[in-house]
Amino acid sequence: MTDAQPSTDSAETTSEAGHAAYAHPERLVTTDWLAAKLADGEAGAGTPIAVLESDEDVLLYETGHIPGALKLDWQQDLNDPIDRDYVDGEQFAQLMTERGIGRDTTVVIYGDKSNWWAAYALWVMTLFGHDDVRLLDGGRAKWIAEGRELTRDVPTVSPATGDAAYPVIERDDAAIRAFKEDVRAHLGKPLVDVRSPGEYSGELLHMPDYPQEGSLRGGHIRGAKSVPWARAANADGTFKSRAELEAIYLEEQGLSPEDEVVAYCRIGERSSHTWFVLTHLLGFEKVRNYDGSWTEWGNAVRMPIER
Amino acid sequence: MSADPTAGMPPALAEIATDFREASAKDRVQLLLEFGEDLPDLPPRYADAPEKLEQVHECQSPLFLAVEVGAQPGVRSDDQRVGLFFSVPREAPTTRGFAGILHAGLDGASAAEILATPEHAPMNFALAEVISPLRMRGMVAMLSRIKRQVSLQIAARDDGA
Repeated sequence: MTDAQPSTDSAETTSEAGHAAYAHPERLVTTDWLAAKLADGEAGAGTPIAVLESDEDVLLYETGHIPGALKLDWQQDLNDPIDRDYVDGEQFAQLMTERGIGRDTTVVIYGDKSNWWAAYALWVMTLFGHDDVRLLDGGRAKWIAEGRELTRDVPTVSPATGDAAYPVIERDDAAIRAFKEDVRAHLGKPLVDVRSPGEYSGELLHMPDYPQEGSLRGGHIRGAKSVPWARAANADGTFKSRAELEAIYLEEQGLSPEDEVVAYCRIGERSSHTWFVLTHLLGFEKVRNYDGSWTEWGNAVRMPIER
Repeated sequence: MSADPTAGMPPALAEIATDFREASAKDRVQLLLEFGEDLPDLPPRYADAPEKLEQVHECQSPLFLAVEVGAQPGVRSDDQRVGLFFSVPREAPTTRGFAGILHAGLDGASAAEILATPEHAPMNFALAEVISPLRMRGMVAMLSRIKRQVSLQIAARDDGA
């Protein structure tokens, strides 16, 4: 499947000073910040600041990762192995406890592809109400581009037990996750399709040799506007500045922070990136990610579609 | 369906499948990484002419491959040896691992052996449980492209004969 690459027309790399302009600057950390915390022993497995890598490619972590980081895989760890759904409270508590993470731990997530899988992991952690979860701005690519240390050593953690273990929290989907019926009820309100232009127009329907991954119908949800996710990213994988993001989502798209917005893509991973941008960088309060996305809508019966 | 999970695979591929099946889950991940690391670089005739490679469009990482059916005089098409060439970025170690397995297991096999390899052979490496079933589709697609290329090239040759 083709995908737009992050645009290269952008301004300077986001600095910490640049982060301050975002609605919730505490949701991003810089590579400098993380490197300093790691050097001081204040971040890494078993400390109050856990670092997780979440990638599209499940083996990327094994080829070398940020020292002290543990892996969290979207398919193996976050998705239920049978149902098309996320893990439940008990499974999630186990994932966190195994990684030495408690309810009060600060979790910094980074990954490949301008952090879309990292944003997806952050969004899933938000379903469980984990309070302090952040992204490493620029993700894996920026860390490597800056020539920073990578290791193949997998840190060992002693999982917390008893009261210190991660509590079993019931997942709360209502606020930030939309289901098909919710999207149907939402028609007429802002819908953001973050896929590539070819997928939006319906031109890309068949993926050669992947009939099972295709959808029976091409196009987009009726009324959805096309804003490919990568428009929010700089070439180095960092997020664009607040002013640049406002130019796209507020001025060009006419969205406003009070709007109820639903974002979607193919399975909800790229739209997690956009969900992060709207919610944490621009301060929208009512954004939901429709993780069923096109693989559900484009296959379901009698869903309103536009081409 | 045969009970032997390696049924129909050429010997080298069958041996790799058995190695994977007998390894622990952790070792299987390591093996897959190693096959990816051992994938040879493209020879200059392909490295310098990427347009000669066919792209396997898949959701994840870009993969390009070329298939060459040999042209030994006096040898039947079916018995000609097949050469396989892959180009996969290092940032896509899983896809590289798939390519590495297929290269180690099928490069140099005869056209008939490749055509006889079951479409679903990649599902018999016990990899789905360590990297997820969805990701195995990439390897199934690669094998399917290789088989299709072999049969197209043989058909073109037989038509011309």
